[in-house]
Amino acid sequence: MTALPPEPVRKLGLVIDLDTCVGCHACVIACKGWNDVAYGAPLGDADAYGADPSGAFLNRVHSYEVQPPDGPAQHVHFPRSCLHCDSAPCVPVCPTGASYKRAEDGIVLVNEDACIGCGLCAWACPYGAREMDPSAGVMKKCTLCVDRIYNDALPEQDREPACVRTCPSNARHFGDLADPESAASQLVEARGGFALMPETGAAPVNRYLPPREKDWDETGWGDETDVLAPWLAPVAEEPQGFLGWLDRTLGKV
Amino acid sequence: MSDQPTPDLAPRVSDTIRKTTCYMCACRCGIDVHLRQGRPVLIEGNRDHPKNRGVLCAKGAAGLKQVTSPARLRAPLRRVGPRGSGQFREISWDEALDTALSWLKPLHDAAPEKLAFFTGRDQSQSLTGWWAEQFGTPNHAAHGGLCSVNMAAAGIYTLGGSFWEFGAPDWDHAKLLLLFGVAEDHDSNPIKMGLARLKARGARIVGVNPIRSGYSAIADAWVAITPGTDGLFILSLVHELLKAGRIDLDFLARFSNAPVLLDSDPASPTRGLFLRDDAGRPQVIDRRTGKLAPWDGQGVQPDLRGRLRRAGVTHVSVMHEMADRYLAPHWAPEAVAGRCGVTPAQIRRIAAELARAAFDDPVILHRPWTDFRGHRHDSMVGRAVAVHAMRGISAHSNGFQTARALHLLQTLLGAVETPGSFRFKPPYPKPADAHPRPHSRTTPGQPLPGPALGYPQGPEDLALRPDGTPARIDKAFSWENPLSVHGLLHMVIPNAAAGDPYRIDTLFLYMANMAWNSSMNTRGTIDMLTAQDGDGYVIPHIIVSDAYSSETVAYADLVLPDTTYLERHDCISLLDRPISEPDRAADAIRWPVVTPDRDVRPFQSVLLDLGARLGLPGMTRNGAPRYRDYADYITTHERRPGIGPLAGWRSGPAGIAHGRGDPNEAQLQSYIANGGVFQAEIPAEAQYFKPWNAAYQDWAVTFGLADAPQPYLIQLWCEPLRRFQLAAEGHGVIQPPDHLRGRIIATHDPLPGWHAPMSDGFEDPVEYPIHALSQRPMAMYHSWGSQNAWLRQIHGHNPLYLPTLWWDRLTLKEGDWVRVISSRGTLTVPAAHMAALNPHTVWTWNAIGKRKGAWGLDPAAPEATRGFLLNHIISELLPDRGDGRRWANSDPVTGQAAWFDLRVRLEKSAAPTESQPAFAPVSPPPGTGPSATEDAC
Repeated sequence: MTALPPEPVRKLGLVIDLDTCVGCHACVIACKGWNDVAYGAPLGDADAYGADPSGAFLNRVHSYEVQPPDGPAQHVHFPRSCLHCDSAPCVPVCPTGASYKRAEDGIVLVNEDACIGCGLCAWACPYGAREMDPSAGVMKKCTLCVDRIYNDALPEQDREPACVRTCPSNARHFGDLADPESAASQLVEARGGFALMPETGAAPVNRYLPPREKDWDETGWGDETDVLAPWLAPVAEEPQGFLGWLDRTLGKV
Repeated sequence: MSDQPTPDLAPRVSDTIRKTTCYMCACRCGIDVHLRQGRPVLIEGNRDHPKNRGVLCAKGAAGLKQVTSPARLRAPLRRVGPRGSGQFREISWDEALDTALSWLKPLHDAAPEKLAFFTGRDQSQSLTGWWAEQFGTPNHAAHGGLCSVNMAAAGIYTLGGSFWEFGAPDWDHAKLLLLFGVAEDHDSNPIKMGLARLKARGARIVGVNPIRSGYSAIADAWVAITPGTDGLFILSLVHELLKAGRIDLDFLARFSNAPVLLDSDPASPTRGLFLRDDAGRPQVIDRRTGKLAPWDGQGVQPDLRGRLRRAGVTHVSVMHEMADRYLAPHWAPEAVAGRCGVTPAQIRRIAAELARAAFDDPVILHRPWTDFRGHRHDSMVGRAVAVHAMRGISAHSNGFQTARALHLLQTLLGAVETPGSFRFKPPYPKPADAHPRPHSRTTPGQPLPGPALGYPQGPEDLALRPDGTPARIDKAFSWENPLSVHGLLHMVIPNAAAGDPYRIDTLFLYMANMAWNSSMNTRGTIDMLTAQDGDGYVIPHIIVSDAYSSETVAYADLVLPDTTYLERHDCISLLDRPISEPDRAADAIRWPVVTPDRDVRPFQSVLLDLGARLGLPGMTRNGAPRYRDYADYITTHERRPGIGPLAGWRSGPAGIAHGRGDPNEAQLQSYIANGGVFQAEIPAEAQYFKPWNAAYQDWAVTFGLADAPQPYLIQLWCEPLRRFQLAAEGHGVIQPPDHLRGRIIATHDPLPGWHAPMSDGFEDPVEYPIHALSQRPMAMYHSWGSQNAWLRQIHGHNPLYLPTLWWDRLTLKEGDWVRVISSRGTLTVPAAHMAALNPHTVWTWNAIGKRKGAWGLDPAAPEATRGFLLNHIISELLPDRGDGRRWANSDPVTGQAAWFDLRVRLEKSAAPTESQPAFAPVSPPPGTGPSATEDAC
């Protein structure tokens, strides 16, 4: 059993923009690629070319449909990974102390040398953010690329999580969410970022930015009638009238 | 915490990083390949690459797994069992090349057209096209005919360029993006990056797509259009904008052919052709004088209202014709909305949004520039409406006219090459008449007189034999589809099997999966590949080159195993499908960053080797091979003096030169030293209005993209189409067969129009009330991805997604299966519900379904047991009319495969043990299959 540290001064985390995520899975594979060669055991893929392939992924993208009461159905892409909770429920349940939260930056990690693969932490996680490695038998989870962000072997601009570096639609941002002046915090402030399922009490650090309001009134002009309707005020109803308008308009030029 | 573990925070994951170019789709981003002791361990995006600026999609990062794929071929193969059995023996390269030569040499010497050489997702068409030309066969094309030739051809004939690698939205200035039917694209990462930039500026995105997924999912507004009606929808927008006078008159007058005068005399044999002067220049009325003037005369101010009676013939401007056409009430929103599956109010709303974005607040860049008529402009004024489209509107039998309609809409708004709108990427803009014409006259033992593919300007450019029948095996450039500028890959095998227009001897395929997901009527195609007559197979020889054991490999007589993209040289050339961006010309290379561990050779080098062994003139010098390999070709080949496959680091009179220059032995080293890519920024005053901007035209000549300035007008009235119509009306000496006259007149409208998909005339929409589409997933590119251990865990099978209306009507629940019935056949497949759909459209992911035994997968893989292809129930031919003719299921202008015209009906089904139809397994070729690799751990 492991104790959570006192509330860290820095809370590193991700800010994920559901308004620009197109569901391309770039982050999923970039994460897989880095973590296959970096932190801990390689990420296993059981039955990779078989009937039931099953690999460990630290980040997955799900798609959901939202049906507003009046308006067309919407489709939301939702990337899911460890939220590096302040009150991470996965940490205290660990019988060996393998699961822990770093005091200096709040990153939640698994010390694979001490992990016995019992899976208690995965049961405890309300977000389903941990996966058992099918080959190594140890618990895998997002490390926030702790071995990239402090990695002096990498160029400075690459010292960010692999998912953030690769995201083509700029839907993933990384920073210190305890610092209100950080770019990540500013983004959360400006866009109404929210914590996922706060009712769990886990106090996630990661934030999601909501999709902005969608869809014009399907049946009319909505509240923009006065602004938009004049743009279609007819100058003519038939070709001769149009050519007359053309004459008048060009005559003025 | 004192006992907190201390992980290694600075691991060195690789000992070497090599920068090359991705090949996991047609986007072709820059990649950093991390190597550990020579083996690739990680792929990241190259931050200095103009295409992706460091980001990388799922496919690109998963490219590692292509190298270790169990589907990789190991050595050349010679078939030993019947075709399709997958029984091969491995042979040496000497035997392989001797075998190929023994088939090809007699054809070259006696009947070059008996070789049909077609490529699939190939990115070396500049080489393969040139090779076919040197061999002397007209029967060459890549896969454009089954992909998006409607868009490419409409773009080039109308605007002088198209979308994807040819042009892009002005992401920095657009305020409204109209996005038609794009699921995943050639410009994969740039589009994603661009959408994010639009959103960051608060620009709005409208998705016009029967399916609200991917890019349309993040759009601000969604138009759930009925497939095949995009043209109606667009022309209704045109109607509304014209009626409201919300059009850019200045742009139309200066830069389009709206002011050009047409012969409008109904009795004239040149009706609908431009009035030209003795030098052949189309004429306008000059507002300064009220008199005729050539369109490009210095200082001329073309008058949109032009009208002239001369020699008894009335001539009016194209603008008059457009007013007559598009103000007609049958384009009004009320008249089209029902067919489009939208409301009239939605059409009006979007028309108004377009007008506001274009005209309320023009984008003004303070960059003075001079146009081709010598007129100096103080600034660049643009319209902040961008448009992007791809296969969604293209893969219909009315797709050419629909794409033309979209370009008409852009032009009316002044939204082409202006700030905020749509921008060309070098070497585009390039008008249709600056491209070669098609060549098809064969001479035994000799090259073709020019490239097989080109851009016809009228009936005289068709590829016809002296008796008027098609000269090409795919019937490209025939009266059945005159502007088939990318050929018709989907018709090669059916036509060869039918001997229509003739039989061939050898079918040579590169990376084209014709026995599976690249053919319509899969089962029928397989039967054609194995069909026999008295002398053996109807197609006597089949050569396939691929790196992987695709379904098609099983049908080859000879297999030439290719390397992966990390193991060979390539050039992403400005002569081919460029990777430029609107503000810069760019090209790039691939180079062997990994050494192959097996007896495979890069196809392009093999092709040059074969060419030398055949003695083809371009590939030999004094009887010896002209090129050592593809790398040597890339460096030393010149297409025109000073112009080669790569523009960077050539050799000039005073040292290194870019664009034009002599070959430079050290060129590839310079590319490698610069991250595999070359970029040349276009001067700021030349970055917009490129077709008309004298500074751009001069830059393009200096750089070598053209040999002389070639300004042109946007061709709203497409005169080549009118020439085909005139022939069909009986004018001229080159005449279509009678049975095609009516169709040509109806579909070759010189102004953008709309006609119902061709198959609607033969398949009862009441009997088949549902549209069925496929989409390419963002994490998978065609058939390649399924062999990839990581990507197949994202898309391992593909249900059929049904809209709520049909889900409820069939009382389906999760886990149910449905029968999907077209006029061609029946599928039985897993069903899934999706609400965000056009109410009469079903869809599935493209090319996930696999045949058992192919692609190195276990026969029980979900791709084979629950995956499926719509291809099985799409025919390459329209339903039989009982007239004895084979009517292609293709666009009548371009020959584009009409995949998305598919109509079906649905029935609930008991769950079978696997998706139907099930095909017998093929045997994996030697060295492939799920046990062939240790990578599975």
